[in-house]
This record gives sequence, structure tokens and C-alpha cells, in this order.
Amino acid sequence: MEVSVKTEGHICIVSIHDTRIDAAVALAFKEAMRRATAGCAETVVLNLQAVDFIDSSGLGAIVATMKHLAPERRLLLAGLSPAVDKVFRLTRMDQVFDLFATLDEALSAQHA
Amino acid sequence: MLESSQNMSSSPFTPLSTLRAFEVSVQSGEMAVREALDRLMQGLEPLALEIEETSTVEIVLAEALNNIVEHAYPENHPDGPIHIACAHRANGLHLTIRDQGHAMPDGQLPIGLVPRHDVSVADLPEGGFGWFLIKDLAKDVEYHRAGGENQLKLRLAIGMTLHH
Repeated sequence: MEVSVKTEGHICIVSIHDTRIDAAVALAFKEAMRRATAGCAETVVLNLQAVDFIDSSGLGAIVATMKHLAPERRLLLAGLSPAVDKVFRLTRMDQVFDLFATLDEALSAQHA
Repeated sequence: MLESSQNMSSSPFTPLSTLRAFEVSVQSGEMAVREALDRLMQGLEPLALEIEETSTVEIVLAEALNNIVEHAYPENHPDGPIHIACAHRANGLHLTIRDQGHAMPDGQLPIGLVPRHDVSVADLPEGGFGWFLIKDLAKDVEYHRAGGENQLKLRLAIGMTLHH
């Protein structure tokens, strides 16, 4: 699971470079997120721009990440492609996460 | 498992379904689902589905196949084959998924309720979405066990716009 981390002030941007977060890599994703966010302060933006597919295991892994970061830190999601967005909507998990169409929108919202 | 499509039109020049029935078989394992999905989605290309429908197919298949890899062929059971047959009919895409692993508990499908999201963060569900997604996206879902084989039949109401 390839991820990169960039810090902008108090915001950590974690970008996923794999195209799928599914059962095959759910555990690797969780571990990569723990490592990537180890030094992050209060806000983590998960950039999913490169991801074009997640299944319920991938969704669960993202939820696990949010739970791991809580309560001191929050997880925002950016760059959801149609299929990824669909999984969040169908499962009602779009009501649990702050979702942003693009990374820019996610970052702008934090500076507002 | 080829089958002939019915000619739904009186014109000899109107095409039948653009998709001939086909089957994909994989051996269960860690990467089996990705391999199967790759081949299945390629096989469905003649239907020229829009992204909304493609994602429906891929999600349903991923969940059904993950379930087989995880529960039908768990670590204490030898790996075995998974066969996925696809046929396109007037009322949508018919998928028949067969495996030779453990039977469903109680011989029937899970209810598949959507896990509760209106809970505190610490109580958020990390699983249990799979059967909900299958039952939400598929119009018909049937399970049978016969001859040591699990058979899951699904009908998705997709790929129906061009032909009727």
C-alpha cells in the first residue's frame, strides 16, 4: 500500500497511490495509515484521488483509521471517485465522514 | 454454459444482446477476487455500461466473492474453485456464483441489515456491510446448496436501456 504524507500547518495530507482499497489490501492500508499519521496533529485529510474502487473491507479499513485517530484527531476524505462515493452513500457512511470532492476543497474548508 | 438469447425483435437487423454468456473460474486465494473481477469486468465490456452500472456490478461481485474466499474457503479448508457465470437477459444481468466450500450457516443468506452509523465514533461498524450491499444492489438474490456446492444467483437490473 503506497502512501505519501505532506504537512500543511496543522493539516496532514495522506495520499493513497494504490487504485484499490479492498479485501486484499485492507490490513496493509490500516497499517500504512497508522504509520503515516503517527506524527500528524489534529486534522488528517485522506486523499483518495487515485483510488477508483473500494469494497466493504476498504470501507471498514477507513472507518478503523478514523476510530484510531479519534478523539484527538479527525479524518476528512477528499477526492472520492464515483464508485468510492457510491459505497459511502449506500452504507450511509457519507453521514459519518466529511467528504470533499477535491483535495483543494478539503483544505479550503479548514482555512475558512 | 453458453445459452442462446431470444430474439426480442421482428427486425432481422436488430442485434440480440451484445453479450454472449460467459463464465470465469478462479482458484480461491488472496488475489483471486481481483483476478476474477478483472476478467469479469472485461467480459462485460460489450454491454458498454455506464459508470453507475459498472460500479454496481463490481461492488456486488466483490462482496460475493470476498465472502466465498473468507467464509467458504477459510484457512482451515482447502482452497477450491469459484465459478462465476454471466448471462444478459431482458430483465438484466444474471450472475451465478458457485463454490465447493463450507455451506452458509443455517443454509441461508444473512439478512444483511445496514450496520448502524448513528453511534459514537468508537462504536462505528468496521464490517457487516457486505451482504447489505449485495441485497441493496441486486434485485433478486437466491442461495442453494446442492451436491456439495454453494450456488448464489443474483440478478442486477442493469444493461437494459438499449435493447427494449
